[in-house]
Parts: sequence; structure tokens; C-alpha cells
Amino acid sequence: MTTTTPFRYIGKPIPKADALERVTGTARFGADLKLPGMLHGKVLRSPHPHAYIRRIDASRALALEGVKAVVTAQDLPPLEDARAAFGGELMIDLDHLRRLTIAHEKALFEGHAVAAVAATSPEIAEAALELIQVDYEVLPVVENALDAMKPDAPLLHPNLYTRTLGEKPSKPSNIATIVEVGFGDLEKAWAAADVVVEQSFETQMVHQGYLEPQACVAWVDADGRIHVWTTTQGTFNAQRMLSALLKVPLHMLNVIPAEVGGAFGGKIYVILEPLAILLSRKAGRPVKMVMDRAEVFRATGPASPAYITVKAGAKRDGTLTGLYAKIVMDAGAFPGAPVQGATWCIFAPYKAPAMKVEAYDVVTNKPRVQAYRAPGATAAAFASESTLDMLAERLGLDPLEFRLRNAAQEGDQNVTGQTYGRIGVKAILEAIRKHPHWNTPLQGKNRGRGLAMGAWMGAILTSSSQVVVNVDGTVQIVTGQVDITGTRTSMLQMVADMLQLPLDHISIRVGDTNCTPYTDLSAGSRTTFTQSAALARACQSVIAQMKAQAADALSKPDRRLTPEDIEYADGKFWVKSDPEQVLPWRQVAGLTRTRGTGPIVGTGTVTRLQPANEFSAQLCDVEVDPETGKVKILRFTAFQDAGRVINPIQVEGQMQGGAVQGIGWGLFEYYAWDKGKLRNPTLLDYREPTALDLPMIDTCIVEVPAPDGPLGVRGVGEPPIVPGPAALANAIYRAVGVRLTKLPMTPETVFWAIQEKKQAEHLQAVAGDGA
Amino acid sequence: MRPFEYVAPKRLREAYAILAQADGRTVRPLAGGTDLIDQLRVGRKRADLVMDVKHIPELMRLEWGPRKGLYIGAGVPCYRVYKDPVVAQHYPAIRDGAMLVGSWQIQHRASLGGNICNAAPSADTVPPLLVYEAIAHIGGPRGEREVPLERFFTGPGQTVLAPDEILLGVRVPPPPPRSSSHYLRFIPREEMDIAVAGVASLVALDSRGVVARARIALSAVAPTPVRARDAEAVLEGQRPTPALLVEAGEKAVLATNPITDVRGSIAYRKELVKVLTRRTLSKALADLGITLE
Repeated sequence: MTTTTPFRYIGKPIPKADALERVTGTARFGADLKLPGMLHGKVLRSPHPHAYIRRIDASRALALEGVKAVVTAQDLPPLEDARAAFGGELMIDLDHLRRLTIAHEKALFEGHAVAAVAATSPEIAEAALELIQVDYEVLPVVENALDAMKPDAPLLHPNLYTRTLGEKPSKPSNIATIVEVGFGDLEKAWAAADVVVEQSFETQMVHQGYLEPQACVAWVDADGRIHVWTTTQGTFNAQRMLSALLKVPLHMLNVIPAEVGGAFGGKIYVILEPLAILLSRKAGRPVKMVMDRAEVFRATGPASPAYITVKAGAKRDGTLTGLYAKIVMDAGAFPGAPVQGATWCIFAPYKAPAMKVEAYDVVTNKPRVQAYRAPGATAAAFASESTLDMLAERLGLDPLEFRLRNAAQEGDQNVTGQTYGRIGVKAILEAIRKHPHWNTPLQGKNRGRGLAMGAWMGAILTSSSQVVVNVDGTVQIVTGQVDITGTRTSMLQMVADMLQLPLDHISIRVGDTNCTPYTDLSAGSRTTFTQSAALARACQSVIAQMKAQAADALSKPDRRLTPEDIEYADGKFWVKSDPEQVLPWRQVAGLTRTRGTGPIVGTGTVTRLQPANEFSAQLCDVEVDPETGKVKILRFTAFQDAGRVINPIQVEGQMQGGAVQGIGWGLFEYYAWDKGKLRNPTLLDYREPTALDLPMIDTCIVEVPAPDGPLGVRGVGEPPIVPGPAALANAIYRAVGVRLTKLPMTPETVFWAIQEKKQAEHLQAVAGDGA
Repeated sequence: MRPFEYVAPKRLREAYAILAQADGRTVRPLAGGTDLIDQLRVGRKRADLVMDVKHIPELMRLEWGPRKGLYIGAGVPCYRVYKDPVVAQHYPAIRDGAMLVGSWQIQHRASLGGNICNAAPSADTVPPLLVYEAIAHIGGPRGEREVPLERFFTGPGQTVLAPDEILLGVRVPPPPPRSSSHYLRFIPREEMDIAVAGVASLVALDSRGVVARARIALSAVAPTPVRARDAEAVLEGQRPTPALLVEAGEKAVLATNPITDVRGSIAYRKELVKVLTRRTLSKALADLGITLE
């Protein structure tokens, strides 16, 4: 959409629409709702990572006073279409979704739901769980993806056959999928290279770490209509999953969004909701379910651990000849690791004549992974950006110049075969070259500076919103697009400029699935990007309808006007040929009440936009205490191409928040396992960085407009998590000369790496003396 | 969380009466509650009766006299200890330890007495008290007694307290002349964490600059907080040198008996004890005007 006036709100640091209610504690999150007669539900979870469930006896629990219902897998309707798939970012088929929701004949991870209870108080529900008797037959545990791939590994699923491009295998396997993509001749690439580096890397299972645990209230009313209040990234996504799981048509199933207290990809699947509905249906009363922190760690969907080997070759002048990666990702108990994200992102910022990625999606006895901010990309970039730094060092080249020489641009090809439209890799690297951080020399012992890039393809899917004009001329945006990052504010800013109205004339409401048009989930950095296009269409429709009203009102008996005769700008309609004939927006809006031609509702929908590929880079300075291995971040700057900034404080907030999570991956966070049992399901021992562990995170935004969409917007949520771990690893290498290839780089791992290096140097010195 | 009864006696006599009449019920004293409430919530401890001791004046005393030394009532929260100028002046390690417990919010509730009675091997306030040879002051319906704090702990979470006894406070003798002390703990984060290893060191010098007394105590490297007597012996009677501090660090390891867990391995904990011993000693010596690092 073109506007005649410069933007008044787009690009401005408008405070968040929901800031006040958040900071005053009045925002209503998933656990805040109370309904009359409401029961409380709790879940019985498997203590075993892998076990057959031979028998469940709930009779003693049901006999406890206050217990109103118990449900198990038996209470789900039978499966019809196993091939139906759901999920948005990480897909899962219906059969697996059912088994993930509640264990059928087998518990596949510690914390897998086995039964659920509804009672008059949470305490009674908890006491009832202890009265449910489950006979387990404990099975050997498949602890990690490498073990899972061994030919003699115990199988999780008897009917899981590896999907490849080749023919269907004869035996089931824990390898769900093998993906191979690429182009060019790698043998030639290695032969043409002056230096080839190959290195293997490992990352751990980590959690999104959202503050708000999963929570919902479900109520099956007397007519069988289902109402679900829940904290979710996508109401329609949740509705479709629930409809398929419970065999209920969509019109009987209303999903009402609560405010979301952090999600980062982890609140896409329904998880408590199906159990709460089954319990409510049995008990005839609303049922509330809220997870505790240990359940959040054990039983929601964390991020996939990965084993990645990267091989990269370059000529002496720094030109890459070839890039190769083997990516093995651990999906947890059911297929669906983010191999696609990892594959697209691993070499995305670079061009090379030959590239290939082989990726494995593998099941193990861990919680089924879910999306976590740029799913797959953070692990991928840790491997590729570390390897490229090693290669630059071997070539004696500056890490920034080396990356610039190989930077991908419009027309270059991603390893997946996608040809890039306009992208911002070079613009980001040029911005770094000019930035004071890059140009300030780092001095002092045990200090080092690291650089890494990150990428995210940018999700698209389908988005819609409605723009409704009230009879007093004020405007409402009615949408099902859940706000997890401040998108209500950016949508208000865009609509205010698109309609050329003051911002305070516009409000926005995120509504339930019964009252808003279908829109896909808020995930994958797609919301502001796709909504910019949907809202542009809705606003175009509104202005066209308003012009028709104005034409009608301004017509005279001798001259009928058509909408084409009307001009609109800044809240005023006038006749093109006679600018004195003016009607203000408010008056036109008022006409609709009595003329039978209103109300004015513009619906905008978009699907399949051209992707707005997103890139970022981070620069960090660290100091390592060689006696303890502790890494202190001295300075940190995040760079990102935002396409066009709608709200700079929100973009900076995303960049800083993403950087913090990247630092968490890099230095602190991991699931500590002991034969499939989680040893650190608390925020004490699962260490997220605190405010004191973090530096000030400086930001530098570049704007290379996206090739599609009316404003050039690119998504901004995902890319800032991606480069952090690699930037830290590269900085640590330059500080103390040790190359860490396993996340997280905890003090202890850094300490032992330094000891090993010292020992090697000592041995070398001794050998040297001897010679 | 299972329901429990709550009482808040205003006098020590009342508290003793409650303990005497427990009649088989589990009575748990509560000061700040920052450990107890969480342990009750997750089911690690149970309580029939929770007795809040914060209203008993004797347990809220924080007193100092140059001859008597320091008395810290069992209910005194950490912030009162580390904000007290007397503590900062005479017992720097005790201040260090109190400042490390939990977060600011927690420090306004959590007490040293609670930290002691919780008897975690990693308790940050305990090694600083051990280097001053603090004494636990215990009371109950059967009378009062005193036990050296070093002998108060019998294992992880275990103390010499009988079910009808409570800790009333700790007596800390006056500091030796020309002495200083420090406590350092190592955690991967900067706050809100449990020590992987912690070391408190006290050094007193005589008029010639020779170490007249050295006390070193360790946390999180044995089933209870421990003194490192071999390291102390290395220092006493010697003039401090960098090499001597390194040696003391190595000797301190002899007092450890650590475990490998999610917070750190045995070998790493031992390495940390060496480093922290040296660093606390050199910090204390720096206070006394001797710079070695």
C-alpha cells in the first residue's frame, strides 16, 4: 500500500499496548481464570523413561472423597486418520500426537502422562495420583541419538520405518527420516581447496525457559460445546489439534487465548488441554490444569540436542570451495526434530559452488522436542560458524573479511536449492566493519573477541485480520493472531498509518476461534511480516468501502458520484474534481449505522508470501579465568537485518532477549541426564543466566527491505538467538586458545580444556627439550 | 503441599512448651522459611507443626562486645548481619557469606540460624563461622547447651539437634588481633546458585609479620562443612609467600571428600579448593597490608 504522507507511527518507539497491564499485574495469564464449580486436574506421569504399561488401576483414586474423574488413554476416541499432521514449525502426525498427549501401551520418556485426575482441590488431585496403581514393565533406555542409530538399539516404535528418498526399509528403526540436500561436486571442492577443516560438534537438550508454565481451563457445557481457555501461540492450531484428537467439529470447540507468559516455540502443541477436556466431560464441571516447574522441564517440548559434523574448504584467498554437514538431531520420543530448520540455516549466510547437508531425525527416550526460537538453527550455527572461524584462522584471514568474501546475496543459492531474493548478509557485515565495537581493540590477558552469523528462513503460512470501523469513526482490529512479542502494538502502528488515522483512535483485540477469522499460529518470526500484508489488504478494503459511503453521501441529484471520484487522506474524504466537498472520516463512519450499508469490515488474508529470509550476527568480547574456567562477557553487540523496523524498541527487545537465550545455550543451560532420568528439573540446577551474568547488549539494526510484503518487514524474533554460542566459542578460543566443540561451555568444561592444552604444551616442550 | 499447623510463640518459654508437648508430631522451626517452605512444598521434609521463631526476642539478637565477641540470634536475617558495621569491621568472612545467600529478597528473610540448621554441605554462612571457631547455642525444654559449630553437623542435612531442641544462636569469639578473613565460593552464575566449592580463610599475623593463626574452612566438598587443618598448619609460624599460599591450597584438598554431581565433579571441586584457598588467603593478607598476587 502506498500512502501519501510519511509514516507517523511506523518506525517509532511506541510503548507496548499491553505494557501497563503487564507491569501492574492485571494481565490475565493461563492460570488466572477461575470458574464457578471449577475442579483441579493433575497428571500422573511415568517415572520410567521407557516401559510397557501393563495395567492401570484407578479404583482407589476414584474412591477418594473429592475426586470427580480419572482419565487414561482409553478415554480418547479411536484413531481414524493417522496421517493427519499438525504443528506449525515442528510437525507431528496424529497417531504420535495422541501417544504424546497420553501414553498408550508404552511410556516413552520420564514424565510421559499416564493418567489424569480431576478433584475439588489441587491437593486432593495430587493425593489421588498416589492412589493410582500402574504396573510397568521397565524397558532398556535409548539415551541419545547416536545410541539410537546403532543397529542393535532397542526400538521405541515397532512401526517406525526410516523415510528416505530411496526405497522403504525392511526393518523398523529409531531413525525417522534422512534428508539429503545440496548441489555441486564436493569431491572437486575439496580438491580445489587449499585448506579443508572438518570438525564435530555436540549440543544438549535445552528448554525455552518461559516464565509461565502451561496452564488451561476446559469446560464442556451441557450442550457438549467445548470451551478452552489456554496459553497458546496459536488458537486455531490448538483448535485443529483438539478437534482431531477428540473428534469434535470445529464449531463445537472454542479456544480462547490467555495472555502468554513466554513461549518461544514451546506453546504450539496442545498438551494439558485434551486431558482437561476429557476430565471436564466426565465430571460435568470446568477443570483447570497448571503444570509445576518440574513438569515443565520433564513433560513439555524442549529443544533438540544435536550432533553435527561440518567440513569446509577454501582457497588461500578465502574463497569457499565447498561446505558439507552431517546433522543428527534427537527428536525425543516421537519423530519431528527440526532438521529442516537446521539444514536451511547451517550455511545460509554463505555462497559456495558445492554444498551438501545430510540430516537425521532420530527418536530417543526423552521428552518430544518442540520448536525453540529458530528451531535447529542455533545448534547448526554453533557448528558451522565455529568451523568457519577455524578455517579463517588456518588461512590467516580476518574472520570478518573472510565472511564478507563469501557472503551470500540476491540470486545465490541456499543448500536447500532456494534462490535468495533480497537479503541482508552483506549489509550486516558492513555494519560490523563500521561499528565502534569492531574498531575498538581488545586488550588484556585471557581476553578474546568472537564473531558469528545466524540465519532463519522466516515462516509464512496464512494470516488474517479484520479491521472494523465503529459508527463513531474509531477502529478495531479483530484478530485471532496471538501476541507473544508485542505484535498488537506493531499491528496498531501499521493500521494507524495505513488508514492515516491517529493511533489513539484504534484498538486491537485478540479474540477466540469462534469470533475471529482463521489465522495461523504466532511462530517462526512470521507474525508482523505476514500481518503487514494482511492488514494492508484489510485497510484497502476499509478505505474502498468508506469511499463508497462518501461517494453516496456527497452525490447530488444532478451528479451521482462513484468511489473512483473520491480521494482520501488524513481522515478526510473529498471529491477529486471539487476538493471543497469534504466529509470527515468520523461522519462517513456514522452514516453506516442507518443506511443499511454498514458495518464497515475489512478482512485481509495472505498466504504464501515470498519468504523474508532473516540474518543476524553477534560480536562478543570475553575474559576467561583460566584457574576456574569461568567466562565473563565484557561486551556484546547484536546486529540484525529487520527489513523495515515497525517499532525499534520492540526489535531491540527481541534482539536482546534472543541474545540472552543464546548466551544461555552457550555458557549455562543443559538437561543433565542419568539413564533417561532428568537430574536438574529445577531453575536452581537448570541454570538460566541471571541479570548479573549478562552484559549490556548493544544493538545495531540494518534495514534491507524484504522482497515481498507492503512495507519490507522481516521477522525479527528468531535470528538473535542463533549466533550467540558460536560467537562465544570463537571468543573463548581467541582468549585462551581452546576450541570448545560441545555446549554448554560451562566453567568446568572450559577449565579441563585449558588443562588439556597445558598438558599437551608441556609434553611438547619436554619432547622438544629431549630432541 | 500437605497442610500443617502454624504457631508463632512470643517467648522462649512458650516455644519450649510447644516442643515439650509435641507428642510425636514433627515440629519444624521456621525463621525465614526460604529452605523449609520449599522442602515442604516438594515433599522433601514433612511437618505437622511449623513454629515461627521470629517473634522470640532472644532469637533476634545481634550483639557485640569486644570481650564477649559476637552473638547472632538464630532468627536474624542475613541482611542484618552483612549490613552491621561491627561484622564488616571484625568478621569480614561472615559478612561475605551472609551476602551470598540466595538473592536480595531472600537475604531479607533467610537467617544464618536457618542456613546452619538446614545443614547443607554447601551452606555459605558456615565456613566463615568455622574460621572464627563459633559455638552453637542450643536450647529446649530439657535445658540449654553449647556445641562447637564444627561438631554441630553430622551429615548432609543432619545435626546434633534433638527433636525437642532448637538452635538459639551462635557465639563468635572476638577476632584475633591483626587478623582478617574472607569467604569465596565458586558458582557458574554470579548469583542465585549453590556453591560448587567454597573456602573461608582467616589469617592473623604477629608483630614480625609471621602467621600467628590460620583458619581455613571449606563448603560443598565434604558431607559437612569442614576445617582444613593441614593447610592451617602449613601457614602457622611462617612468613606468607606466594609459594606458601599455593602449598596451603594443595594441603586444603586433603580435607575434602567431595562427590560428583550435577554441579561439579570431584576433580574439579578439588581444583577449585586450591584456587579459592589461595585467593581468600591473599585477600585476607591484602587487608593486613601484604600484597602477594
